[in-house]
Amino acid sequence: MADRIDLTLKVNGADHRVSVPPFARLLDVLREDLRLTGTKEGCGEGECGACTVLLNGRVVNSCLVPAVQVQGAEVVTIEGLADGENLSSLQAAFLTHNGAQCGFCTPGMLLSATDLINRCPNPSDDQIRDGLSGNLCRCTGYAKILDSVHAAAADGGAAR
Amino acid sequence: MRGYLPDFDVRVPASLGEALALLAQAPGTLTPLAGGTDLMVVYNAGRLKPTRFLDLSRIDELRGIREAAGAMTFGALSTFTDLRECAAVHRHFPNLVKSARATGALAIQNRGTLGGNIANASPAADTPPSLLAYGAEVELLSVRGSRRVAYDRFHLGYKVMDLAPDELVAAIHVPLPTGRGFHYFRKVGTRQAQAISKVCLAAWARVEGGVVADLRIGLGSVAPAPIRARHAEAVLLGQALATLPIEAAQAALLEDISPIGDIRATARYRSVVTRNVLGHMLRELATL
Repeated sequence: MADRIDLTLKVNGADHRVSVPPFARLLDVLREDLRLTGTKEGCGEGECGACTVLLNGRVVNSCLVPAVQVQGAEVVTIEGLADGENLSSLQAAFLTHNGAQCGFCTPGMLLSATDLINRCPNPSDDQIRDGLSGNLCRCTGYAKILDSVHAAAADGGAAR
Repeated sequence: MRGYLPDFDVRVPASLGEALALLAQAPGTLTPLAGGTDLMVVYNAGRLKPTRFLDLSRIDELRGIREAAGAMTFGALSTFTDLRECAAVHRHFPNLVKSARATGALAIQNRGTLGGNIANASPAADTPPSLLAYGAEVELLSVRGSRRVAYDRFHLGYKVMDLAPDELVAAIHVPLPTGRGFHYFRKVGTRQAQAISKVCLAAWARVEGGVVADLRIGLGSVAPAPIRARHAEAVLLGQALATLPIEAAQAALLEDISPIGDIRATARYRSVVTRNVLGHMLRELATL
């Protein structure tokens, strides 16, 4: 029987302390312990990217990260992209260019796009496709997502 | 349904010494856990039996890529992203970069490790063919000491390895290629990202005076474990680039592989495509 661990982590800039089983998924810690339900679960096997978050500045599938490995880590979720009511330029571009349709993939898509623009402020189509290749969308056909990322990049890019 | 969480305990050693001591205490009862990109998938699918993990993620001794004495050493915790971002890996081992890029997508590459890709022992993993092509050695550590195993002798069958229950895959040593080199990597999957290989072939050759002086071909997804194409290699060694016996090598390749049919491809598809990829590789080699 696994004992719970005291997990401290920083999520969207705020410190949190929760008691969770060591093998609990980061996805469930975020959604159920911290009530940050913007991060979605799709496939549960690292294929779809709906659960994408930034862990210590890198995109990860939060369904594949055990709690024990995020002790002291910094996490950014979809709830951390906007500054109050002010959307990040990527979020705004997704609105303007209809990059979101049903919206289920959008949180993960936006985290991957944020990471991409941080690494590569003026991405080509191929670089966007590579950066978002781990995020599946079943609505938009991706063209509007590409448009959105291009627009945000042209708008001066990055995250916040 | 996922596994039952209280069934999954995790020990978190702070040092390599502590990790090896824990492995030695009760050999075979702890499962090393690195990036989790394979184990967590099995857990999420509810197919992971109750497990005690040994979390390696805090062991800095298992990190880092270093070059010394004509070889490059990869700590077992080197991630696919580490491989992609290391200029020396691009320079010496382009196939390894392609393997890393072909594994999952970025979120997987940020977490998955070279040591995990080896020790998970999937026949469909994408770095093993490149490691086989480059003549890698695996360094295994235990409280009893250290030993090195040629990687082409490490996998003994489906998920069977030359790895004692108290041993840890600690590092991978890859000799720096010398001379006029040829590097080839080809993965065949359903799409470019996120696909599990139907066939994967990596090759490295050294050419001297227009002749194949050295050649290793690594294959994935066509046998119970990653394998060398030794029969095909034997047909090609010493041959002139101008008159490579491509069809004879393709025929010999059938002695090397034993593909199965599964949800990703039929055995016949794998057999035909592996031969075709070898043919493509050899036609490229011929133009070197």
